[in-house]
Amino acid sequence: MTDPVKPQKSGGLSGRKRFYNILSYAALIFLALFFLFPLVFMFMSAFKSDESQLIRDLSSIKAFLPTGEMSFQNFSDVFARFNVNVGSADYRKIFFNSSFVVSIIVVIGLIVNSSFAYALARIPFWGRNALIIMIVSLIIIPFQAVAIPLMLITYQFKLANTYTGLIIPFIAHAFSIYLFYQFFIGLPKELEEAAVVDGASRFRIYWSIVLPLSGPVFATVAVSQFLGQWGNLLWPVMILQNPDLFTLPLAMQTFFGQAPRQWGDIMAFTVMATLPTLIVFLVFQRYFVRSAVSSGVKG
Amino acid sequence: MTKPTRKGAAEREDNITAWLMSTPAIVLLSVFLIIPFLMAFGLSFTNQRLIPNVNVPTQFIGLTNYGRMLEDASFVRALLNNLLFAVVVVPVQTSLSLGMALLVNQKLPGVNFFRTVYFVPVATVMVVVAVIWSLIYNSPQGLMNAFASVVTFGAVKEVAWLDNPVTAFPAIMLLSIWQGAGYQMLIFLAGLQGISIDMYEAAGIDGATPVQQFWKITLPSLRNTLILVVITTTIFAFQLFDQNWIMTKGGPQNSTLTLVMKMVQDGFQQQKIGFASAISVIFFLIVFAISLVQRRLLPEERAVK
Repeated sequence: MTDPVKPQKSGGLSGRKRFYNILSYAALIFLALFFLFPLVFMFMSAFKSDESQLIRDLSSIKAFLPTGEMSFQNFSDVFARFNVNVGSADYRKIFFNSSFVVSIIVVIGLIVNSSFAYALARIPFWGRNALIIMIVSLIIIPFQAVAIPLMLITYQFKLANTYTGLIIPFIAHAFSIYLFYQFFIGLPKELEEAAVVDGASRFRIYWSIVLPLSGPVFATVAVSQFLGQWGNLLWPVMILQNPDLFTLPLAMQTFFGQAPRQWGDIMAFTVMATLPTLIVFLVFQRYFVRSAVSSGVKG
Repeated sequence: MTKPTRKGAAEREDNITAWLMSTPAIVLLSVFLIIPFLMAFGLSFTNQRLIPNVNVPTQFIGLTNYGRMLEDASFVRALLNNLLFAVVVVPVQTSLSLGMALLVNQKLPGVNFFRTVYFVPVATVMVVVAVIWSLIYNSPQGLMNAFASVVTFGAVKEVAWLDNPVTAFPAIMLLSIWQGAGYQMLIFLAGLQGISIDMYEAAGIDGATPVQQFWKITLPSLRNTLILVVITTTIFAFQLFDQNWIMTKGGPQNSTLTLVMKMVQDGFQQQKIGFASAISVIFFLIVFAISLVQRRLLPEERAVK
């Protein structure tokens, strides 16, 4: 993200400007508290190993403070209670399921979607214009609109309760193709043209000239697909009954739904499920920003 | 005479390469998007079930599913809930995120920090958000109850936020805004940075106050961004599922039931694929209609930047 380019209008008197600035900071801080309090609350609660302490703290500012006994007890409880609550062997398996499914979707998706987009953007071939129109039209169809027939197909082809069933519907992604396409048509043609004259194949050009230039768009698409799929609840709800294949959102739903609720354990679970996305967010922040802004261009 | 043939060969090669690069995506899109999309329409005229009963073959039943839908009180309730969500959340979230964008667009020390903080909820997946807020809404002891009691000087106390049909949906709306506002802030920010500084300088010389500048310059310049944000939030409102599914399962008394939840309940839990497909069709038509509005309002080049 670039720095804000538009300077604030300085209104004649410096006293008035200072007043505006103080007001701005008050608003900024108030909003920061609003957006942070649930997360601080989650972290603090996750470490409170005394459940009754946790519940008592809910009624006061102590909910945000490290009060009472703070330990990793809740985290080890998550591992210990997992087969009871979720029915799966252990938490590590669930974490593996999510990581495996999401990384396959992202990696294979990047290859499949970008190569299609490259062909659309650069190679004159029979049927190209019709395909471009098709992609732009497909963007409009939300997943929810096809979920029911897709579920029928998945059960009929015995792909329910399989990794394949979790992965394969999400690899090709019309909006990702569109993003890649937009990026590729914006690249300067000269480099590729020189290679064409030298007799390089289109594959080689794509692989050794275009890919190295396309880091930003790959990162943007990867980040937005990662975030979307890491949180995907709807599809696993519809096709998974075998707890050994549960992904994090579905396991969390099950863990959360078990009575009696152990809030300390539940919060430890949410912390463990959130840390990967938070870390990815902090490391790849500008790509998150770009993915948000580019989906803003969608329409 | 060699030239044309070489050109022809290159063209043929291009065709082959292009189709090789396109085929995986085209096949996957066909099987997992286009075909199911068309199937939704076809299935909506049948009584297809998820696990077909051998003795009761699937039949064409015309518009029966659509007729049943209108008589189904919980479907109508779900549709109204999605509308209500859109009517409340769209204006609130849009104005909040615009305000946030204006705040962090100022040249003040530390605004980058605040921008990051406002965006953190977006990086938290909705299932996690729903679980955290369930504890915030816990009753009788809970953060929301403590807060409500303080701001109303004790008038409001021990509300079971998620078990009360009056408060459950607004409670879900609040956390949805919490999670989504940062995302739209960024879209507004991109729009704001596209406005030329000259316009503000000219207005400053003419003695326009910041408030006048907002109404006369900022808002009109953000027209396309605003349309976009409003439209996408409205579409999100109709896709509502995760938070309601985790927190209330649509209850109490269907007060938080949504179209997508209804689809899952009827199509998956009750296995009525035909009926759920009819709901999918209605859902798609709504989203499609909203997108058409957007295409009418936005200029042809679709560029918002």
